[in-house]
Amino acid sequence: MTYHNPPTTPRKSSVFDDYTLSEIRRAAETGIYDIRGAGAKRKVPHFDDLLFLGASMSRYPLEGYRERCSTEVVLGTRYAKTPIRLKIPITIAGMSFGSLSAQAKEALGRGANMAGTSTTTGDGGMTPEERGHSKTLVYQYLPSRYGMNPDDLRKADAIEIVVGQGAKPGGGGMLLGQKISDRVAEMRTLPKGIDQRSACRHPDWTGPDDLEIKILELREITDWEKPIYIKIGGSRPYYDVALAVKAGADVVVVDGMQGGTAATQEVFIEHVGQPTLACIRPAVQALQDLGMHRKVQLIVSGGIRNGADAAKALALGADAVSIGTAALVALGDNDPALEAEYRKLNTTAGAYDDWHEGRDPAGITTQDGALAERLDPVRAGRRLANYLKVMTLELQTIARAAGHNHVHNLEPEDLCALTIEAAAMARVPLAGTSWIPGTSKF
Amino acid sequence: MCGIVGLFLKDKALEADLGALTAGMLATMCERGPDSAGFAVYGAAKDGKAKITLQSPNPDADFDGLAKKVEKAVDSSVKLDVRATHAVLSCKASEADAVRAALGEIVPSVRVMGTGNAIEIYKEVGYPTDVAKRFDLKRMSGTHAIGHTRMATESAVTTLGAHPFSTGPDQCLVHNGSLSNHNNLRRSLIHDGMSFETDNDSEVAAAYLTWRMKQGLDLGQALEKSLEDLDGFFTFVVGTKTGFGVVRDPIACKPAVLAETDDYVAFGSEYRALAGLPGIDNAKVWEPEPATVYFWER
Amino acid sequence: MATIDLAITPLRALNENLHALSNGTNDTEWDVLNPEGRHAVAVGLDAPVTVHVHGPVGYYCAGMNKQASVIVHGSAGPGTAENMMSGRVVVKGDASQYAGATGRGGLLVIEGNASSRCGISMKGIDILVRGNIGHMSAFMAQSGNLVVLGDAGDALGDSIYEARLFVRGTVKSLGADCIEKEMRPEHHALLADLLEKAGVTDVETRAFRRYGSARKLYNFDIDNADAY
Repeated sequence: MTYHNPPTTPRKSSVFDDYTLSEIRRAAETGIYDIRGAGAKRKVPHFDDLLFLGASMSRYPLEGYRERCSTEVVLGTRYAKTPIRLKIPITIAGMSFGSLSAQAKEALGRGANMAGTSTTTGDGGMTPEERGHSKTLVYQYLPSRYGMNPDDLRKADAIEIVVGQGAKPGGGGMLLGQKISDRVAEMRTLPKGIDQRSACRHPDWTGPDDLEIKILELREITDWEKPIYIKIGGSRPYYDVALAVKAGADVVVVDGMQGGTAATQEVFIEHVGQPTLACIRPAVQALQDLGMHRKVQLIVSGGIRNGADAAKALALGADAVSIGTAALVALGDNDPALEAEYRKLNTTAGAYDDWHEGRDPAGITTQDGALAERLDPVRAGRRLANYLKVMTLELQTIARAAGHNHVHNLEPEDLCALTIEAAAMARVPLAGTSWIPGTSKF
Repeated sequence: MCGIVGLFLKDKALEADLGALTAGMLATMCERGPDSAGFAVYGAAKDGKAKITLQSPNPDADFDGLAKKVEKAVDSSVKLDVRATHAVLSCKASEADAVRAALGEIVPSVRVMGTGNAIEIYKEVGYPTDVAKRFDLKRMSGTHAIGHTRMATESAVTTLGAHPFSTGPDQCLVHNGSLSNHNNLRRSLIHDGMSFETDNDSEVAAAYLTWRMKQGLDLGQALEKSLEDLDGFFTFVVGTKTGFGVVRDPIACKPAVLAETDDYVAFGSEYRALAGLPGIDNAKVWEPEPATVYFWER
Repeated sequence: MATIDLAITPLRALNENLHALSNGTNDTEWDVLNPEGRHAVAVGLDAPVTVHVHGPVGYYCAGMNKQASVIVHGSAGPGTAENMMSGRVVVKGDASQYAGATGRGGLLVIEGNASSRCGISMKGIDILVRGNIGHMSAFMAQSGNLVVLGDAGDALGDSIYEARLFVRGTVKSLGADCIEKEMRPEHHALLADLLEKAGVTDVETRAFRRYGSARKLYNFDIDNADAY
């Protein structure tokens, strides 16, 4: 009788999977850590793990097309003489001219105007185009202070002091040499074509006690007119929000780890910071403990994609949400229609994240004139406005179904969770139970 | 995140004004630390005597008749000076341990804020000028004083979480900044027998220095060692019975100004804390270098 | 001549009055009394006026200044003349850390010593310090000139871009990518001009050494990783 070993199927390691192996080879070959744009791609508990209960007998729903469900939001009511009034609680997050083309910045402004919301500058200063095309413009005050000047500060409708960012809490940004065009170089007072390392701390203050004095200076320069936002990455939201309030913020922006960046180390994006879902309740708790919930407004960002995500963030206690990546997709980023061009860049539509290389076929994350020309700011702006309006309708649909005449009346009790992880992070009960892990017994 | 002031007198003639000068300095630092305030005052050291500073959440009930009860328990005379929520109990140095044990029995809710021959420590939640007024800092006298106004970062706003922290006889420390390795360090200090009242990073720094001094180092040497073992951002001002020290971390971002004349050494988180001191216009004023220990001893 | 006593008048009123001034104003001379270390004194000015501040100021005095001359007769706290655009700021005493941070134009003169991080991220400003400067000065300095008549502390010009540093005294250490460079005739001329503008007449340009960027960190190279 003959005996032979039956062949087994080749088995790949789940630890050393294909992506991991390719990353080791890439590092060995190039001698530089991987840099990319966008936010965390790993799967983490998110808004999809929550569901709304809706109304039926114990609560009464509102009639969808007749009974009013308001969406207005006022930001900066604490100290500012002129708070910001928006029609919808969905704003456009800070993205710099430099990381984005002038056409893309213009499109963001046009879309935000049509939808009645604000847009935000980024690490590179304010361009006349974006000021001109944005009815309500938030001016970011960043560690690099590129393009920073008092005239633009006074032209802004609000000032956002960026302490951190969800993609890289504790880190500075970078803009690689390929994207430093003549105009970007001039705005940032730097030689053309060099890699820019943005600082991780502000150059002239450290800590909340100094920040309080910095805020005083900015308010004095702008005659106490403009709301001051403080943006933090989702690292220690309870303490950081409390300190932002103590330092004098009118508005606090909390950006979770799914929040995007123009470019930073992959290891930072994927391994530092907390999921957006895990940041909201501690942030709200800090405001409540200080008696400041709804007095200092909370904006949540990082992976907001649709009206349901916005509704869930609001139900957990946010006053508004902010979108970045989703807005770029609305403009035309990662569109499958450009698949052939993405293939040339060794990627595929939906996975393109080498925004720092400036070769974006959609003309959005680039400073290449010919590529940027591809983006029609009027048409792209219209697309963004459409998308924002759909998000708003979705948000209202859910709020009405839960019986609310204003989206701010959504509350955690309108939600349940599908997973234990999401229940613990959002502090809402696991579906079908009254169990909130960590706060109540099963 | 906070404001710090410190005043170390060289001229005996100024000792009667120590409290008034310190109160003036502390008042300029309110905005840096509106949550709570505290100060340590060194003075009236008598040989063979010990001072124990007590704090109580119910001072009326706890301090009423306390001196008599303690005297009965230890069979030795003691004196109790009550100031608002605090009281300084004076006794024979040889009886100090027995007194502390008796206090634990008689008034378990009373906390010991500090002990020593010269130190008195007062700290409370509240706006710094109110705290100073509550304890009548203005009228205190002594050889040196260290004050602190606190904006809490990660640990709770409580009386015990206020600065200064005292973890050894006549020792105290105040801190501006944020340590990044205090949890690990606390665990290793607990393993070596130190005990902690709070989850505050600054208490770990104070206990670390006490632990080093227990090993035989003087304060200056302990501060040198702290530069190796403490991670994060810090400006420390520390006091001992006869000494006064300042150290900043190697990055030295948190503000610090020193001034020295023939009559005193003064520290302020900002220059304005020093602006009201006598003769400040002719003082040597400088910002302490990073990772450099400054230490004065009488 | 207008006088504002900060012991009586709130800071808000001072800055509001100064912001109301425009080009061609007749109120070109201002005296500010009793600043007592207050923060944000005379910030955000944008008119060709002269403001004398009599006493020590706190953080960010003359921050984001345009056109105006602000003279502090005393010492100045952190961030003096931060992000200055144009004009002239003079500190008669010492300046604390971050003096002239991110400044884009104008002239900042410190007659005493400047502390750490003087000229951090400077973007075109000219800074002249009669005394010494502290550690990490001109960190990530992008453009402009820093002139120091005394000594410089540790890590001068770390990660410097295109700013020029002139130091007459000793330099405790140079930061990453900062090197000494040759003083060519154009640098002597530039320095002479800066000294003159700052009113320094008792010093010769020959006494200075020039420092600037080696430009090795301008594009990432793993073999320079220790320097990042």
